[in-house]
Amino acid sequence: MDLIESYKEDLRLIRRFGTGFWIVLLLIGLILLPWFAREYWVYVVTLIFIYSIGIQGQNILIGYTGQISFGQAGFLAIGAFTYGHLSLLGSPILVNLFFSGLMAGIFGILVGFPSLRLKGPYLAIVTLGFGIAVYQVFVNSEILSGGRMGLTIQKLQPLFGLSQMTTYYYFNFILVFLFTLLSYNLISSFVGRAFIAIRDNDIAAEAMGVSLTRYKLLSFAISSFYTGVQGGLYALLMGYLEPNMFTFLETITIFVAVIIGGLASVEGSILGAAFVVMVPQVFSNTKAFIPVIYGVTILIILIFEPLGLSGRWMKIRLYLRMWPFR
Amino acid sequence: MPLLEIKDISISFGGIMALSGISLQVQEEKIIAVIGPNGSGKTTLFNCLTGIYHPNEGEIHLNGENILRLSPDAIAELGIARTFQNLRLFMNMNVLDNLLVGRHLHFRKNPLLPMLRIRKEEILHRKIIEEIIDFLDLQAYRKARVADCPYGVQKRVELGRALALEPKLLLLDEPISGLTSEEKEEAAYRINEIRGRFQMTILLVEHDLRIASRLADSMVAFYYGQKIAQGTPEEVQRNPEVIRAYLGDD
Ligand SMILES: Nc1ncnc2c1ncn2[C@@H]1O[C@H](COP(=O)(O)OP(=O)(O)OP(=O)(O)O)[C@@H](O)[C@H]1O
Ligand SMILES: [Mg+2]
Repeated sequence: MDLIESYKEDLRLIRRFGTGFWIVLLLIGLILLPWFAREYWVYVVTLIFIYSIGIQGQNILIGYTGQISFGQAGFLAIGAFTYGHLSLLGSPILVNLFFSGLMAGIFGILVGFPSLRLKGPYLAIVTLGFGIAVYQVFVNSEILSGGRMGLTIQKLQPLFGLSQMTTYYYFNFILVFLFTLLSYNLISSFVGRAFIAIRDNDIAAEAMGVSLTRYKLLSFAISSFYTGVQGGLYALLMGYLEPNMFTFLETITIFVAVIIGGLASVEGSILGAAFVVMVPQVFSNTKAFIPVIYGVTILIILIFEPLGLSGRWMKIRLYLRMWPFR
Repeated sequence: MPLLEIKDISISFGGIMALSGISLQVQEEKIIAVIGPNGSGKTTLFNCLTGIYHPNEGEIHLNGENILRLSPDAIAELGIARTFQNLRLFMNMNVLDNLLVGRHLHFRKNPLLPMLRIRKEEILHRKIIEEIIDFLDLQAYRKARVADCPYGVQKRVELGRALALEPKLLLLDEPISGLTSEEKEEAAYRINEIRGRFQMTILLVEHDLRIASRLADSMVAFYYGQKIAQGTPEEVQRNPEVIRAYLGDD
């Protein structure tokens, strides 16, 4: 039992000295990584950073607010192509990323409206339809998608004498760090409580004065904003865009990451991102296996560890803290 | 002017008249007990008052304002809070967070504050919550997940969550059912305290007539969706129709 001396202390982000120690160690490790890891791994971890952002967002929607969504590929595409077109106009990177998020967020609100009426599988189908519709629009509209050539995007310029890949790494590292803080802050505020209240008992939430309309739409907006930013960052990393980058497989990937990482867990979202980025790397020769691996992992998780990787992690942590007792 | 004025509300579900032509006036800082056999429409009345159901006809005025067509959250904002007959808690949150959801309406809701982790308001509400925790004797359960708490504690958390709204009108749907006799006495004591300490008006559904009549200033009896008696607890319990309703039901 930890002793708390003030409410303020109770509300701190990191409450235990031990937790703080490990987080600092992890951050130092991540900062040093480009100096000892091969460029390939720097790329893979950069990709994990990028995915972590969108997956945190989707976890806010699916894990915390309890609203199912299969429209992720649509929001990714909207974010990415918004980035692409703005970049062609020569506007600066951070502005582009903001508008990637904003545009996806606006569409998030539109897709969120059915959630005021529909639940579970019905909502899943509507959002699924949205994802497919966005894909079709981009495939059929050369103006939006840049036609057969796709969109070519100005890549990040190397900074401070670092290699280009390392520059990408640190740039995305800072962003994922900020988004992670943002997620923790939101979740522990009245906004996060309203989301969880809606998930746990929507009738009671409403009776407590939580507007379902406002907070469901807000959750769709925030989650789509995150996913839109993921799309923008992905566009920046790849340097080109075509609609085929945003097929239903991307939706599956993000959804799987949320489940495998653990519903309603920010750390879990990052672990889930690591999982879905690593699997295709490890199985790069047998791509057809990837959906199978996702499916089997989800089954294993649902049967043995419904809280996902984050649940397993918590148990290990508890075990280590108690050791050698019990 | 009465705090709550219900005029002739009716609601039916597929042919069953769950409420027919109910009228009721509730004065401020009174405790009114609503009694009646199973299925007589007591919970339905609460659902109409909190916007979960919308009556087919009639009017409901809170402080002179018609709330009949409002959504539950809008009604909560006007000052009605409730507990539920079959607990409706946020099971995966801890006790503190459940109570803090009850404070939701009192947050200023500036989006920048949570984003930048500025916690002044949070601390303010936490202090208010601590008073409720003391009042309901929940100190030992602050950080416990509600799903892991015993039933008696869950009932107290739900009461506390409604208190946290600081409503003008508090609706309690069978607040002491399912409790041990010792807990029942405590709960009855607390309900009486609430009125004095928090200046709330209470509408109370209760099957335990002994405790209900001890607590209530006046009593209303329902039978098949109709109001069959109203008056002091003694008058209502002596009413022949009420006696018949209860005996006939057994
Ligand atoms: N949503 C609904 N759909 C259909 N019928 C309903 C609905 N809600 C209530 N009823 C019916 O309305 C009638 C009154 O139910 P209500 O729950 O108000 O009774 P009650 O007085 O609270 O009973 P109890 O003492 O058992 O809690 C019952 O016949 C019930 O079946
Ligand atoms: Mg009832």
